[in-house]
Parts: sequence; C-alpha cells; structure tokens
Amino acid sequence: MTLTRRHTLLAGMAAATAALLPLRAVASVDEAIAEFTGGADLGSEGITLTAPEIAENGNTVPIEVAAPGATAIMLLAAGNPNPDVGTFNFGPLAASQRASTRIRLAGTQDVIAIAKMADGSFARASQEVKVTIGGCGG
Amino acid sequence: MISRRDFLQAAMATTAIYGGSGFGQWSRLAAQQALTQDRLLEFDTFGNVTLIHLTDIHAQLRPIYFREPDTNIGVGDNRGVVPHITGAEFRRFYGIEDGSPSHYALTYDDFAALGREYGRMGGLDRIATVVAAIRADRPDAILLDGGDTWHGSYLCYHTKGQNVVNAMNLLRPDAMTFHWEFTLGTERLLELIEQVPYEALGQNIFDAEWDEPAENFAPYTWFERGGAKIAVIGQAFPYMPIANPGWMFPEYSFGIRESQMQETVDQARSEGADLVVLLSHNGFDTDKKMAGQVTGIDVILSGHTHDALPEPVLVGETIIVATGSNGKFVSRVDLNVEDGRMTGFRHKLIPIFSDVIEPDAEMAAQIAADRAPYEGALKEEIGTTGGTLYRRGNFNGTWDDLICDALLTQRDAEIALSPGVRWGPSLLPGQAITREDIWNVTSMTYPEAYRTEMTGEFLKVVLEDVADNIFNPDPYYQQGGDMVRTGGLGYRIDVTAPAGKRIDNLTLLSTGEAIDPARSYVVAGWASVNEGTEGPPIWDVVERYVAEKGTVTVDVNTSVEVVGG
Repeated sequence: MTLTRRHTLLAGMAAATAALLPLRAVASVDEAIAEFTGGADLGSEGITLTAPEIAENGNTVPIEVAAPGATAIMLLAAGNPNPDVGTFNFGPLAASQRASTRIRLAGTQDVIAIAKMADGSFARASQEVKVTIGGCGG
Repeated sequence: MISRRDFLQAAMATTAIYGGSGFGQWSRLAAQQALTQDRLLEFDTFGNVTLIHLTDIHAQLRPIYFREPDTNIGVGDNRGVVPHITGAEFRRFYGIEDGSPSHYALTYDDFAALGREYGRMGGLDRIATVVAAIRADRPDAILLDGGDTWHGSYLCYHTKGQNVVNAMNLLRPDAMTFHWEFTLGTERLLELIEQVPYEALGQNIFDAEWDEPAENFAPYTWFERGGAKIAVIGQAFPYMPIANPGWMFPEYSFGIRESQMQETVDQARSEGADLVVLLSHNGFDTDKKMAGQVTGIDVILSGHTHDALPEPVLVGETIIVATGSNGKFVSRVDLNVEDGRMTGFRHKLIPIFSDVIEPDAEMAAQIAADRAPYEGALKEEIGTTGGTLYRRGNFNGTWDDLICDALLTQRDAEIALSPGVRWGPSLLPGQAITREDIWNVTSMTYPEAYRTEMTGEFLKVVLEDVADNIFNPDPYYQQGGDMVRTGGLGYRIDVTAPAGKRIDNLTLLSTGEAIDPARSYVVAGWASVNEGTEGPPIWDVVERYVAEKGTVTVDVNTSVEVVGG
C-alpha cells in the first residue's frame, strides 16, 4: 500500500472521529448565534442556503447563501472544531445579497446560515452536508 | 431454438398499460396472450409522441442471464413500496403468475429452473429489432439512453468503450446521460462524445473549478414531435466523484442540484416546452423525491438503481418509468401532448426474451465484427460453476462471495471487501465460467486488488459509511449501490438505525471471535477510489482462483444478519 492511500485513510478516520465530538461545537454555535442576533427570534423565510447533500471533497465544499434585503449573513459549520466560518456584510449599494464560498468540513455536519435583515429581524437556514470516505456506487 | 420458441408461445405474455386505468392489470392482460415477437411488440399507438427508454446496459451487447434481487430494502417513506418489494410479493403486487415469463424476467426465485426454460434475455441486436418496430409505428419516436452504457465488459475495457459506441451509433439514440462513462477518464470520454451524433446531457454536470455548468454537456435539448415542443433534460449520476474515482475526471463536479433542476425546468417551460422529460441517472428513490419537489416535469425516465417496473409510478402529475438493466428491457411510452400539457400516456415494459425476438442482422454483424479479434480470449473456459452465480441484492450474492473467496486465498488476507455495485450478469448451475463471464462482473478502469491493514475500528467506519449510502432515509443522501460485500467478516445490521449505529456484532469468521477495534487486520479488496492503489487486477485474481478450483461451489452465506428489513 502506498503512502497516498494510507494518508487518505487516516484523513477519513480523523473526519469520523471529529464527528463524534459535537457537544463543545454545539455550545459555541449557540454562543455565536446569540452574539450575532442578540437573542432575537429566528425566522425561516427569506434565506436560501445552497450546499451539496454529500461533499465531493470535505476540504473544499461549495456553499452559497442568499437573503434578499439582508445587511449581513453569518455562516457556521456546526461540527467543525471552530464553527465560525465568517460573516458577509452587505452595504447599501450591494446589487444583491448573495455570496458563495468554499469551506472545509471536518465531518458530516449541519451548515447553518443566519441572515440579519434590514428591519432588524433574523432568518435561519441549515442543511446537513455528509462527508463520506467514498466507496462504490451502482 | 424452434422448440423453445414454440414452448414460449404456448406459455405466455405481453403487457400493455392504458393510461391510469390499466394499473394492476399488467399480468392479467398479459396472461391471456402467447409469447411471440409480435405479441411482445404489440402496442396500440397512442397520442402524438413516443419515447423509447434504454438504460444501464453496462456493455452487455449479447443476451445474458440476470437474476433480479431477493433483498431490496426501502427505508423511510420508501419502506415496503415499489421498487422495494421482491419475489412473490412483487408478483402478487403486479398480478404476475408464478412460473410465467414475467416471473422469470422480473423476480429472483426459481431463477435457475426458469432460466433454462425461458433462456437468456437482452442483446443489443434484439433491442435493435424492437426499436425498429417501434419506429415503424412512429418514425419520429425519441430514443433516450440513460447511461451506464459504455462500461462493463472485457471488450468495452479493451476498446475503451469503442465497441459499445459503434453498436449504439447503429441504434441512433437521440440523447444520453452518464455515470460509469466518466471512469473512462475525461480525455477518452470527450473523444467518444465527439463520435456520437446525439446530445450529451447533464444539467448537474458542472465545471469543478468555477462551479458553473460544464461546456461539453448541455443541460437539455429540444425535439419537435407531433406538433409539440419537447424539452429533454439530462441528470447524470449525482455522486460520481464520491462513488467512483474523482481523480479520473477532476474537471467535473456533480450533485443533486435540485434548485438548479427547478430553474432548468422553468427555463424550458418559459421557452415554450409543451412536455418536459427528465432523462435521469439519479436512481429510483431520488427520482421519486425529485418528482415531488420539482414542479413541471411530466416524465422521468429513471436509471441507475436497475429497477424494472411493469408500470410507471405516479408522483403528483409526474410519471416515473424504470427500465431495468443489462439490456433485459426496453420501455415504450406513448404520450398525448396538447395545449402545452401531457393529457395521457400508454406504457409498456418490453422484456427482451432473446429466443423470441429476432436479432437485427446489421447490429448482430457490427457486434460480431468488434468481437472477432478478441473471440479466443473471451470464450476461454476457466472453470465451471456448481450453483447459480448472481450479484444483485442489498447484501452478499454468490458472485461476490466467489470474488471474496478469491481475494482471501489468492491475496492471503483475513478479510475481503468487494464493492456493492449492481451490474454483472448471472450464470446458471453447471455453466462454464469463461473469461468473458469473469470480466462481466469485474471490468472497470480501477481494478487493482489491494492488500492492506485496517483496524477493527476502521472496518466498522467503512461498513457504517457504506450502509448510510444505502439506508439513509433521505434519498438525496443515498448513492444507489448495494452494501459492500464482505468475506471472512460477519456482522449484524439494523437498517432502521441512525447513521453510525447500524452495524454491530462484527465477527472474524475464521476464528469466530469478535472484531477487536484496536487490532489490525489484513484486508484485501478491489475498486478503491483512491489514486495510486496497487495490486493485480481483480479479474486475474478471480481467474487464478477459478482455474485452481475447477468447479466452484459457493456455500450458503449467513454471515450478515439483517434487522429491520
């Protein structure tokens, strides 16, 4: 067996181990959301999160968020050791409130987006993204 | 073959479904008729549009035996519903008589006995006869190839797909979508696409770097038939770089891309589509979910999971047609399209009984010509099988048991893993095992039979990971294969448990001891998706094993205990 394969297997194992430690992550996700919203209620309308159901490569997962009329959108990877991915801020001259990026996911987990609307309300969207070790289809 | 033909004529059956009203009548209508080519092709032409669907042929250009699954478990909303019923339950559901040709074609039990009576199925030369007959009824019928066509045989491997493309070009499909074709590698795939005069479709085939639609694959294409504007959208297998080696086609990204699908349908409608057809390699449950989520699709021609269904499944106003695999079936769907909508359909799943349907001479000659240089190698008899060799089913089948035995002994391993693919024809007891037969169940462009060490903990991770690809209750998270086959390793699986908690009681069969999470085990397997995997090609491993054995008999496998099925 070559080093290449061994490294891949080890990476797969690391991902599986990380997925087993959600507690610490969840706590800091809640904290991050509370900090962003100031504890306000979260709606579910007006925000769209587009992510693959299963990541083709957990090291670079394409994520797109859109929330027409938002002033900011926060992105979280709930299962990562550091869940805070970043926050997109939209100024008054922004043509659209849409952003896409690529993020690294340590294992199967929920990706969460929170939009702050111009009227001060908040909306949340989330999707599970599966990170798999790959195998044999069809 | 006269006697077999006479027997078949006396015995049986054809099918015709008339709109919604024919549901449940499939076999009763069928049983009243005798099995002849005319009967198999009989169809009361309907409406103004005809679709012909072929899918998952896996390079099986000549007639084969193919045993349908005995175990095909559905989870979540799909528990116990079509296509997740098998055997007698399947026959009762569709009113199929025991012992009938439909029993043989669509279900697994008494396979060897019925196989001897009814003979091989499929063959692209027979399919050519069927397609020609449909075109005689409706000259502008649209022929659609659902993919997994340029993969799966000795000849296809050695000609890098050329023999299949040559044959398919005679059949003249109008469009195609893809899965295993990508494992030819980007360069060869694009070369072959250049050679085919029909459209290469995939609304979910994206440029990996820019995450934009890939330029070599159109999302959809147009046909004008019977006064109707028809958009045919393609959907390639969504999880190619995960289930297959992404390093062979690094330029591309796939995925379900449901919102993109809705946008594509909306765009086609806004451009004047009277009918929207989705040529899909999603797999059946994924197509069913998509039909409920995406509005505006009239017909889904479903491939990938190899289900053969005698009647379409209706989801809202969308009909889903599943045409089986390995060339066993062709679907004909006649539609009435008027005032911008589909107002009626008539469908027939045509079983390709190779002893009943005359081969098309031109196609037979093309297949033979491409075969000729390899004939000696293909026909060489390596051994004989004692029992039926088959692959399909959620868990171990006899072909993979044989392959795992070969890996354990030839590669001196404690545990063997064989991928849960759904392709690969069957052999009847007493049949010779030829080199061609071995390649039919192993042929691929990443065949290296690796030998490595895995800890008990990692083996469980592997089994859990694959199990979630099959038994995740959300079809969008499924990949459409079967469970990885194991040799030397037993386990218990609760298919209803959540991810990561389905597998337990892992046992090393050679000692009967529980698998130790901390210990390393010597594992042999094949079809790794990782680049740089080393080992002899799996077909050489299997050939050596069969040659040494002479006659191969596979013991009944009870090493997987299934709970919640």
